[in-house]
Amino acid sequence: MSATVNHILFGWYPYFCLTVFLVGSLIRFDREQYTWKSSSSQLLRRRQLAWGSNLFHVGILVIFLGHFAGLLTPIWVFDALGISHGFKQMMAIVIGGIAGVACFVGMALLIHRRLFDSRIRKTSSFSDTAILLLLFAQLIVGLGTIRVSLAHLDGNEMVKFMSWAQGILTLQPDVSQLIADVHPVFKTHLLLGMTIFLVFPFTRLVHVWSAPVWYLGRRGYQVVRSRRSLAPAE
Amino acid sequence: MKVRAQIAMVLNLDKCIGCHTCSVTCKNVWTSREGMEYAWFNNVESKPGIGYPKEWENQKRWNGGWRRKANGKIEPRIGSKWRVLANIFSNPDLPEIDDYYEPFTFDYEHLQRAPELEAFPTARPRSLITGERMEKINWGPNWEEILGGEFSKRSADYNFEGVQKEIYGQFENTFMMYLPRLCEHCLNPACVASCPSGAIYKREEDGIVLIDQDKCRGWRMCVSGCPYKKIYYNWSSGKSEKCIMCYPRLEVGQPTVCSETCVGRIRYLGVVLYDADRIEEAASTESEQDLYARQMAVFLDPNDPKVIEQARKDGVPDAWLAAAKLSPVWKMAMEWKVAFPLHPEYRTLPMVWYIPPLSPIQSAAEAGKMGTDGAMPDVRSLRIPLRYLANLLTAGDEEPVAHGLERMLAMRAYMRAKTIDGVVDETIAKRVGLTAQQIEDMYRVMALANYEDRFVIPTTHREVTEDAYDMRGSCGFTFGNGCSPGDTKTNLFSLPHKAKKAKNPMELA
Repeated sequence: MSATVNHILFGWYPYFCLTVFLVGSLIRFDREQYTWKSSSSQLLRRRQLAWGSNLFHVGILVIFLGHFAGLLTPIWVFDALGISHGFKQMMAIVIGGIAGVACFVGMALLIHRRLFDSRIRKTSSFSDTAILLLLFAQLIVGLGTIRVSLAHLDGNEMVKFMSWAQGILTLQPDVSQLIADVHPVFKTHLLLGMTIFLVFPFTRLVHVWSAPVWYLGRRGYQVVRSRRSLAPAE
Repeated sequence: MKVRAQIAMVLNLDKCIGCHTCSVTCKNVWTSREGMEYAWFNNVESKPGIGYPKEWENQKRWNGGWRRKANGKIEPRIGSKWRVLANIFSNPDLPEIDDYYEPFTFDYEHLQRAPELEAFPTARPRSLITGERMEKINWGPNWEEILGGEFSKRSADYNFEGVQKEIYGQFENTFMMYLPRLCEHCLNPACVASCPSGAIYKREEDGIVLIDQDKCRGWRMCVSGCPYKKIYYNWSSGKSEKCIMCYPRLEVGQPTVCSETCVGRIRYLGVVLYDADRIEEAASTESEQDLYARQMAVFLDPNDPKVIEQARKDGVPDAWLAAAKLSPVWKMAMEWKVAFPLHPEYRTLPMVWYIPPLSPIQSAAEAGKMGTDGAMPDVRSLRIPLRYLANLLTAGDEEPVAHGLERMLAMRAYMRAKTIDGVVDETIAKRVGLTAQQIEDMYRVMALANYEDRFVIPTTHREVTEDAYDMRGSCGFTFGNGCSPGDTKTNLFSLPHKAKKAKNPMELA
């Protein structure tokens, strides 16, 4: 891969994807909130969903949080805590591997259900099916990286990705050269990952933004809305 | 005391003829859209029966309503907030569409286009979800219509609790009644409580419970939370929808569509004042059988000067206070005590109340062995077991229901004596704790049921809460995303897709 192509894919493309991800989400939330939803199909078919959806969601949440913390925590934090790079990589492989397998099983169930249950297939939009297959492809590539990772357990490759991700977020596109020579499976994983951010605002994935954790903080249970607040004080 | 006003409803089941006009007019106005074909904001069931969705009253299965914890606090039966969030990926308490019914249409065109055949052409059903042929329709919003189906299945009806139900399977002992059901617009709604997004709310000014269609994210917990199963998940839009009490009509003083079109004149709409500060306390009452009385204690007397004074301070308009005094709902629920809440044991403090039906006297009793109480038949020998009605309306407490039925019988006896024998017999009224005037009022409101007595609906003074100048050219009431400015065919943000329905179903066959 030439240096130019590498720089376009890992120096420019991330900014393109992140911009669309953030601005697209904002526009959709602001202008088309009626379309902002989880698009649950549980009503139409419960079968396979209980196992499929739970395994998928728990698996992918662990993987997401692992990537988030693992890639974006500054390296010196691990050094200060005395966590060696090799140990951190092993931890990522074990936790990511277990969560990945759970997610794999869950997605396999969900994909089977979406493609072969006629109620679900007939009511799916293109984006519903496409995003599921894209996530599945990404998961398989991600699990594929484990085999490569096991060949070098010193954590050096991992540090490259951490530096790259942190460099991108701190507006240093030149960090693309740090990962110019990594195994193609990693590059594929990164490209697919950025593409998921790119398509995010145009799919049902937007429901992730709305994870209703605030529910836990709601005081009491009832919600009352009043229009009287506009009324002039007497 | 925090005074709030609500437009509540009473249904006089004694006069319901089960014609489904309410259901059909409601459907035509509100739910004849893709994704909502299976949903009936109002449906009429024949009881006894397990209903729509199947066994909706069996909260051991669906976990709707509230649960009182050991510490005296209440929480939604589907679980604490943590539990609700833990079940968000797959809701274990959500009915499947087959528990309602798979919506269908018929191949009507085949009747016109069929070539010459040996057999008479038929219009066969076709799913409105998949567009595929359906071999058999298994359930619907009135599947047990007029005692349809075997008694063994229908008698799974939760209201048979504590009733020796076997004898009611015999032809000569059978009984039935109609139960029209819609959103109860509860004072303590479990749907609101279980919505993680906070998208469902109760309107302070008229008590209507609504789902904010923009804020709903389709977590579908409300469907489980509502014990009356009157929230429906729209599988096409991915949002939940419910009865909106026809608020665009109510706001201008018109009755709801179901009430307006009721040919039996069984529906009443009127203002009820209540004390918002006492809702939680009432809903947390220890004994389920006390909930009916405790809910009545939350209601406030519209003639009490103290209530009126506080209501004015709390911003209740004078027109509403005047309407509250004339409210048929107040009269039937509080003054005459002939109307009761539907399943108060769910602890939601429902605001659609029901007058229980009278029923023919048991045939055995007719042969001179009839239990009578003076000139009137004993309500305990009515064909519909008192306990059955009590399970439906008062958490199993038979006394209030018996009392209500006695008053209804007294009204008949009094009016019969007056109009046929020409005798005004005040003792009949006295025996059930009423005055002759009250009986005459009951007769006017419940039997004659003139339009202006049934519907006392003050208008919502939107002009003081909205600046009409700012609303020029706005799009008004629409379904779904009707106000969206975007109107391209590309559907960038995955608008609800259009089902791939066959234009001509026969071409698929």
